[in-house]
Amino acid sequence: MTPNPYLWLIQLPPLAGAAINGFFGRRSSKQAITAIALIFSGAAFGLALFLAAIFSSASAPYYFDLAHWIRSGSFQVDFSFYLDQLSLVMLLVVTGVGFLIHIYSVGYMWEDDGYYRFMSYMNLFMFFMLTLVMAKNYLVMFIGWEGVGLASYLLIGFWFIKDSAASAGKKAFIVNRIGDFGFLIALFLMIKHFGSLDFTHVFAAVRTLPTETAGVGLLSAIGLLLMVGAAGKSAQIPLYVWLPDAMEGPTPVSALIHAATMVTAGVYMVARSSAIFERAPMAMMVVAIIGTLTALFAATIGIAQTDIKKVLAYSTVSQLGYMFMACGVGAFSAGIFHLMTHAFFKGLLFLAAGSVIHGIGGEQDMRKMGGLRVYMPVTFLTMSIATFTIAGFPPLAAYFSKDEILWKAYSSPNGSWVFWLVGVITAFITSFYMFRLWFLTFFGDYRGATAHDAHDPSRAGAPSTVAQGGSAPHGHGHGHGEPHESPWVMLGPLVILAILSFFGGWVGYHDHFQHFLAPVFQSGAAAELAHESGEAAGKGTEMLLMLISVTAAVLGFLLAWTLYLRRPQLPEHIATSLGELYQAVAHKYYIDELYAVLFVKPLIDGSTTILWHGVDQGVIDAAVNDSADAARHVSDNARHMQSGNLRSYAGWVAAGGAAVIAYMVWMGVTR
Amino acid sequence: MVPLSYYLVLSGILFVCGVLGFLIKRNIIAIFMSIELMLNGVNLSFVAFAAQWHALSGQVFVFFVMVVAAAEAAVGLAIIIAVYRTRETLNVDQVNLLKL
Repeated sequence: MTPNPYLWLIQLPPLAGAAINGFFGRRSSKQAITAIALIFSGAAFGLALFLAAIFSSASAPYYFDLAHWIRSGSFQVDFSFYLDQLSLVMLLVVTGVGFLIHIYSVGYMWEDDGYYRFMSYMNLFMFFMLTLVMAKNYLVMFIGWEGVGLASYLLIGFWFIKDSAASAGKKAFIVNRIGDFGFLIALFLMIKHFGSLDFTHVFAAVRTLPTETAGVGLLSAIGLLLMVGAAGKSAQIPLYVWLPDAMEGPTPVSALIHAATMVTAGVYMVARSSAIFERAPMAMMVVAIIGTLTALFAATIGIAQTDIKKVLAYSTVSQLGYMFMACGVGAFSAGIFHLMTHAFFKGLLFLAAGSVIHGIGGEQDMRKMGGLRVYMPVTFLTMSIATFTIAGFPPLAAYFSKDEILWKAYSSPNGSWVFWLVGVITAFITSFYMFRLWFLTFFGDYRGATAHDAHDPSRAGAPSTVAQGGSAPHGHGHGHGEPHESPWVMLGPLVILAILSFFGGWVGYHDHFQHFLAPVFQSGAAAELAHESGEAAGKGTEMLLMLISVTAAVLGFLLAWTLYLRRPQLPEHIATSLGELYQAVAHKYYIDELYAVLFVKPLIDGSTTILWHGVDQGVIDAAVNDSADAARHVSDNARHMQSGNLRSYAGWVAAGGAAVIAYMVWMGVTR
Repeated sequence: MVPLSYYLVLSGILFVCGVLGFLIKRNIIAIFMSIELMLNGVNLSFVAFAAQWHALSGQVFVFFVMVVAAAEAAVGLAIIIAVYRTRETLNVDQVNLLKL
C-alpha cells in the first residue's frame, strides 16, 4: 500500500462548501451560493478523476493516515482512509452523479427560500459519503454512515413546515437507528475478538478462521449484524419502510441520496466485508433471501402506486434487493456493478420525474399527468432511455448488470434456481410498473390542471401545496398553464446521465468490471472466475437465461402498453375485480399499519403508562417530592428550637457544653 | 506559692458567673460583659497551667485570646450601637426578628 494525501484532500471541498454556505449563505446572493456549491462539489469530482487516473497505474491500494483518534492499550483506531478498486467505483459514482445532481438542483431549487440551506446540506452529504466510502476502518466508516444519515434526515425534512415531511425525516432517522444498532454490535464483536476495526487487520484475522459451514459462529453473527445495519441504510425488509416516506424531500435529494448513493451504502458495506461473509455461508444465505424477497415484495407494491416518486422509491427498494441478492450469492462484483448502473439510471429517473413535476407545477400524481412527451421532449427522451434501461432491454446498462446478477444467482455455488426465478419475475414486474409510469406520464392526453384551476385551494393536501406555500421546487409566480420543458441547467444532467445509462453497462462486457474489482474480492472472485472459465457448457445456459429475462422485460412492456395505452379502462376493471388483493397492494400490504400496531403503539403506550406515569412520575418524581415532604415534616417540628430568642440559644449552647463535659467525665478522658 | 487548684476553682467560678450572666441578663451590654468574663475565666486557667508547668504556650495563647477579645469588643459594640439606633432598645427579648 502506498500513502496518498489526496484521499484526505478530496473530502475537504464538500465540507468547506457546506460550511461556507451554511454559515454565510443566508446573507449571500444566490449566484454566490451556486458558485460555491458547484465549485466545491465539482472540485471533489475533479480530484476523484485525478485519483482514478493515478490509481490506474498504481499496483497497490492507496491509504492515508490523517491523525490518531483512539489509542487504548493495544487497541487503536485512527482517522485513516483507503482507496482500492471498490472505493474508487463508489468515489466516482458519488462525486460524479453527486456533481450532476448539484447542477440540476440549481434549476430545481432556485426559487426556494431555503436555497442556501439546501446547497449546504447537499455538500455536507457529499462530504460524509466520501468519508464512508474512503474509510480504512469500520469506525471512520461509521462516522460517514451516521453523517449521511444526518444529511438524509435534514434533506427529507427540508420542508419541515410540512408536517408529513418532518415526520418522514424522523421516521428515516429512527428506522436507521435500528439498523445502526446491529452495525454497532457487529463492531463491538470485532473489537472483542480481533482487537481492531481496521479493514486490513480484521480481514486478515478473519481469513485465518475456518469457514463456518455448520451453525452460527462468530463470523455468522458479525455478518448478520452487519446485514441488520445494511438493511436499515439500504431499505431492505424489514426496515425498508422509511424510504418511500423519504420521498417527501425535494426530488434532487431523492435522486442523490435515496436512489443513487446513500441507500447503496449498505451494499457497499456488505461488499467491503466480503471476507467476513465468505466465511459465513449462513449469513450469505440470509442476505440473499432478504435481497430476493425485498426485490419481489417492493416491486409488487410499485404496481399500484399513483405517486410518480413513490413508484420510483419502491423501484429503488426492489433494485437494492437485487444488489443484496448478488452479494448474498457471493457475486459481490455483480452487486457493485448493478449499484453503479443503478446510480446512473435511477438518478436519471428521479431527475426526469423531478423535471416532470417541475414542468406541471408540483403535481406528483400520475393520474393527473399524461401526454407530456409533446410538452417536454428532452425529459421524455431521457426518461425513455432510463425506463428501457431499468426494464432490462439490451444493450442498455441495466441489461448487463441485472443479467449478471441473475446469471450469478443461478450459477454461483451459493445460488439456486429459486433466486433466479424470483429475480426474473421481479424483472417482469419491474418492466411492467416502469412502463406503466412511462405510459401514464408521457402518453395519452394531458389530464392535469390548466391555468384556471392550477392554484385551486381544494388541492390542499396534495404534494403541490408546498409550491403554493412559496418554499417549493416550483414558484414561478405565474399561474401554471401549459406544462413546459425545464431549463437547460436541469436538462444537462439528464442528458449526461442518459448517456451513462445507455453505455454505462458496457464496462461489464466480457467481465471487464469483474476483473477490475477482482483484487478487492480476492479469494471469492478468484474462485468465481475459475468457476466460470471451467464452465464452458454454461455459456449456452447463460444465453438461454438471458433470453428469458429479456422476454420478461418485453412482456412487461406489452402488458403495460395494453393496459395503459390501448385499453385505459381495463386497469380499473382489474383493480375492482381483484378487490381485497388490489387494496392490500395499494396500501403497501398494510406494513406501516402493522408496524404501528406491533411496535409503535406498544412503545407509545408502554412509554406513557409504565415509563412516564409509572417510573418517571411514580418513582423518580415521587422520590424527590416525598423526600422534600419528609424533610418539611421533620423541620416543622424541629423549627421550634429556633425560637429567635438569644437567651434560649445560649441555653442550648450551655446545655450542649454541659452534655459534652458530662460525657467526658463519665467516660474518662483518654489520650 | 498558691496551689494550682485555687486558680482553677477561681477560673471555674468566673466562667460559671459568665455563663449564668449570659443566660439570665437581658441587656445586650451585660451579656457582652458576661462573655468577656467567660473568656477571662479561661485565660486565668491558661496562665495558671503555664506557670505550673513552665510552659510558655499557655501565656502566648492568652495573648491571642485578648487580641481576639479586643477585636470582638470593637465589632460587638458597633453592632450594639447599630441595634440600639434601629430598635431603640437593648433588651434581647425584643430583638427577635429571626423568630418565626
